[in-house]
Amino acid sequence: MISSFQHSMDQKFIETDILIIGAGPVGLFAVFEAGLLKMRCHLIDILSQPGGQLTEIYPKKPIYDIPGYPSILAGDLIDQLMKQIEPFKPGFTLGERAESVEKQADGRWKVITNKGRVHVAPVMFIAGGLGSFEPRKPPIDNIVSYEGKGVDYFVRNPETYRGKRIVIAGGGDSALDWTIYLANEVKSLTLIHRRTEFRGALDSVEKVRHLAASGKINLITNSQVVGLEGTDKLDNVLVRHDSEGPSKLEADYFLPLFGLTPKLGPIADWGLALERGAVEVNTLDYSTTVPGIFAVGDVNTYPGKLKLILCGFHEATLACQGAYNLVNPGKKLSFKYTTVTGIEGLSTQDSPS
Amino acid sequence: MIAVTVIDREGKKHEFEAPTDMGLNLMELCRINELPIKGTCGGMALCASCHVYVQSDHTLPEQSDSELDMLDQAFFVEPNSRLSCQIRLTDALNGLTVQLAPDDAEE
Ligand SMILES: Cc1cc2nc3c(=O)[nH]c(=O)nc-3n(C[C@H](O)[C@H](O)[C@H](O)COP(=O)(O)OP(=O)(O)OC[C@H]3O[C@@H](n4cnc5c(N)ncnc54)[C@H](O)[C@@H]3O)c2cc1C
Repeated sequence: MISSFQHSMDQKFIETDILIIGAGPVGLFAVFEAGLLKMRCHLIDILSQPGGQLTEIYPKKPIYDIPGYPSILAGDLIDQLMKQIEPFKPGFTLGERAESVEKQADGRWKVITNKGRVHVAPVMFIAGGLGSFEPRKPPIDNIVSYEGKGVDYFVRNPETYRGKRIVIAGGGDSALDWTIYLANEVKSLTLIHRRTEFRGALDSVEKVRHLAASGKINLITNSQVVGLEGTDKLDNVLVRHDSEGPSKLEADYFLPLFGLTPKLGPIADWGLALERGAVEVNTLDYSTTVPGIFAVGDVNTYPGKLKLILCGFHEATLACQGAYNLVNPGKKLSFKYTTVTGIEGLSTQDSPS
Repeated sequence: MIAVTVIDREGKKHEFEAPTDMGLNLMELCRINELPIKGTCGGMALCASCHVYVQSDHTLPEQSDSELDMLDQAFFVEPNSRLSCQIRLTDALNGLTVQLAPDDAEE
């Protein structure tokens, strides 16, 4: 489904009406409400797929409090939202973190991602949920100093590891899947896991055990990585076995794959009033203390706030009303039901209004 | 009502009286009392943000597969590690004492 939106991924400069930080359910629904008012949207998310917490944390769990659905799987709700917003042709910048926000001379916002992609819009919606999903870094003292010098928290390009000595740590699906995938490409591969059992898919666990039995990989269980060594880049990984004590492995790359956790991140640095890590808003239209920036969904706070999808949908709807006046200065908005107007999509070619 | 002691990350002791007739779990008790525990997943053992060390020797509910799985991904895990959302407060847990594990999302 994403593929039809990927066009925006090769643009270095993106202009839109509403720039939405976070492609969770609330950011996605905002596209729909904005679309009804003929405003175009572009979403930025650090994850490589839309859906926020629903796709990252609980895609297979049923949700029971979405109006009209006695029960719907979180992953299915996101698929439905993607279908619902399709006519409005939102743009997506995925796999990138919105890093800096700056007001341009023309009054519009300029948002730059960690990959340097520039986005410009008169209005910003912060729909960042609990924050941007970041890899969980194991508590190894000097790990940060080896980032980009042998320590990778994601496999971005498997080619990097061809013919190299790799150490992977973790016991979940991504550790298992990458172990299986890389086993034949690399010079040597060691998988280190804290326990003897693995919690990944049974089939992958079988494969990994098979690779270990046939000597294709080195499987070390009941062990943790406790240190890293190397002068300019990673040379050695220090391992501690629960009962056998420490050992040292030569390695070109160390891949700690322990899943993701949400961190508020850059949103905290954008000059917005925060209360306990959430953005304060005015419930009239979910505007923040900075004109032109709205905050909707789990990321905001106000008296009576509940972190529910349904509440986020309401917030996004009202925020679009507030945004309309900024995107279309001087124009009057008349309220219409979708039953009256139907859905009039926006075309990809449309330039921002 | 039972007595529960929670030691925070700075080593400070918090003593609580907790009801046992509300189906409350230990993660919820901590959050109600504004201790810095995230409980991101709401209590389904789908994250490890409510990780604690159990210091008293009470008999606790068995660990489910999903709790073991999440502790598997957690850091600073010790033999007495538990996810506090999986510890339902019952009369048998009077005098329970736990310590909050480090927040591994902080760098
Ligand atoms: C296990 C679990 C069960 C739940 N069950 C229910 C339920 O039954 N009913 C219910 O209503 N709610 C439930 N919730 C809560 C619900 O998931 C949230 O309310 C909802 O996800 C909020 O949506 P959102 O769009 O505001 O944020 P999120 O879903 O958190 O999405 C925010 C997105 O923003 C991205 N982001 C943040 N900052 C940046 C940045 N700087 N750059 C790029 N991207 C960024 C993040 O990567 C993320 O993808 C549950 C939550 C969990 C974890």
